[in-house]
Amino acid sequence: MKFTTLLSSLAVTLLLSGAAFADRSILNVSYDPTRELYQEVNKEFIKFWKEKTTETVSIQQSHGGGSKQTRAVIDGLEADVVTLALSYDIDQIAEKGGLLPKDWQNRLPNNSIPYTSTIVFLVRKGNPQGIKNWDDLARPGVSVITPNPKTSGGARYNYLAAWVFAEKNYGNKDAARDFVKRLYKNVPVLDSGARGSSTTFIQRGIGDVLITWENEAFLALKESAGGDYEIVVPPTSIKAETPVAVVDSIVKKHGTQDLAEAYLQYLYSPVGQKLAAKHFYRPYHPEYADPEDLKRFPKLEMFTVSEKFGGWPQAQKEHFDDGGTFDQIYTP
Amino acid sequence: MPQSQIMPGFRPAISFTLLYLSLIVLIPISALLLKSLQLSWDEYWAILTSKRVLASFRVSFVSSLIAAVIAGFLGFVIAWTLVRYPFPGKKLFDTLIDLPFALPTAVAGIVLTAIYEPKGWVGKLVMDTVGVQIAFKPLGIVFALIFIGLPFVVRTIEPVLQEFDTAMEEAAACLGASRRQAFVNVILPNILPAAITGVSLAFARGVGEYGSVIFIAGNMPYISEIVPLLIITKLEQYDYAGATAIGLTMLILSFLLLLMINGLQCWVRNRNGQL
Repeated sequence: MKFTTLLSSLAVTLLLSGAAFADRSILNVSYDPTRELYQEVNKEFIKFWKEKTTETVSIQQSHGGGSKQTRAVIDGLEADVVTLALSYDIDQIAEKGGLLPKDWQNRLPNNSIPYTSTIVFLVRKGNPQGIKNWDDLARPGVSVITPNPKTSGGARYNYLAAWVFAEKNYGNKDAARDFVKRLYKNVPVLDSGARGSSTTFIQRGIGDVLITWENEAFLALKESAGGDYEIVVPPTSIKAETPVAVVDSIVKKHGTQDLAEAYLQYLYSPVGQKLAAKHFYRPYHPEYADPEDLKRFPKLEMFTVSEKFGGWPQAQKEHFDDGGTFDQIYTP
Repeated sequence: MPQSQIMPGFRPAISFTLLYLSLIVLIPISALLLKSLQLSWDEYWAILTSKRVLASFRVSFVSSLIAAVIAGFLGFVIAWTLVRYPFPGKKLFDTLIDLPFALPTAVAGIVLTAIYEPKGWVGKLVMDTVGVQIAFKPLGIVFALIFIGLPFVVRTIEPVLQEFDTAMEEAAACLGASRRQAFVNVILPNILPAAITGVSLAFARGVGEYGSVIFIAGNMPYISEIVPLLIITKLEQYDYAGATAIGLTMLILSFLLLLMINGLQCWVRNRNGQL
């Protein structure tokens, strides 16, 4: 027992130190569906940095449900940069962890949002349930897959998008509450993150419709060569503003401030923006993107969280904190 | 304090034991206690008696209890088969029993879900014939916990059965006992303490199990949300105090349960007149 513990701790130490062979290294802590995007961005950035400074750097990525990732950073995961699903999560790192100033969002262009996304539906081939808009999701007999808004940033966007649809079409908050209640009655499984829900819908074959990130839906289409799914774009949806930030205390400790800042700036560069569009994120500078990539993005009416809910802290408090509208759905 | 013993080394042994216990058990538990002291009694009570928390306690404890009892029956039959009957592939079968110990629980969860989901092999069969859905319902939790708990039961009953003298059964038969009487009056009392240990271990493990359950449970609040999941959910909402309050309650309940089980075991042993 003791010997194996010793062995495994040795192995862990070796693994950890293996990452330190490059001159400097930064850790990018991100949410679930950005894996593929950052794999490519990192490769390009390492090349770019080497040409510019001759220094060889390495970039580690960490992905998972947004809240879990945020909590890990607050609890001591040493992220040099965070690229998360919603500004509320980075606000928490500033407030609860005190790791960066509260006005972090003013430090980069467009409120530190290099690319955005939106929420769409993924349905099975031929759209057998005839899903077209948000109200179809609340019809009896339609099975809807979406993650738990308590633990997933994407799920919060899903919920708020449905809420705004209902408030607009049925007139008031009570009607909206009733609508989301009917919608969530149709949800058979609440996964903790967006990838979990994709797995439930795609691998397990459960549900008629998956409410998900636009980029996640495109990725699912790309990976199922057989064309088993279709994307349905509702007439209105939410604009998912996915911000990025350098974590000041950590980069000071690691001596990586210049590197981390350059890395985030790179996301706004022509190459960064082009890669974002390639990976199905809507770029801040569409002029840098490949026009073919841009054509894939359907036109729809999008609203932001600040327009409709007065910002994330307000939305969080009203809908997702304990006792909020989401909890009321399930209260028997 | 030790009198003169043949083996030296009481001091290093006891200091190692205490150090180990402190680092691994006592210090983390006191950290949990300290953290929960941030809450006033009223706040603590309000968290614990909120409907959602109560519902998750019910889900966790009821499904673990059902699973442990079923694992108890199945485990007894398996242990009996392994001890009493020779059959080809017995060694392999014996090794397979321990698989749930070694398998990462997440893997177990994913595999069980794939099989028992409404479109999986077994899940579809059960759905078509009996009309019952297993995965993503509370029933799914019970299935996962039976899987996790089974080896505890088998491994505690097996050695007792091995040592059990078959002459006692023969004597019972010679004295005119029916098979049923021999089982109820001779075999059962002998293995009961071991069986209770096995079932209670399976139960305790089930209450705390997270990895395998979250995949198969469906995780619906009030219906199939287990306590460990609620703790994680609270943490992910940055509600550290709420999470520790539930954690501490779990700790106290588990401790009380273990005490109760130990007491029960003593009682059964005394009643059977053994030590």
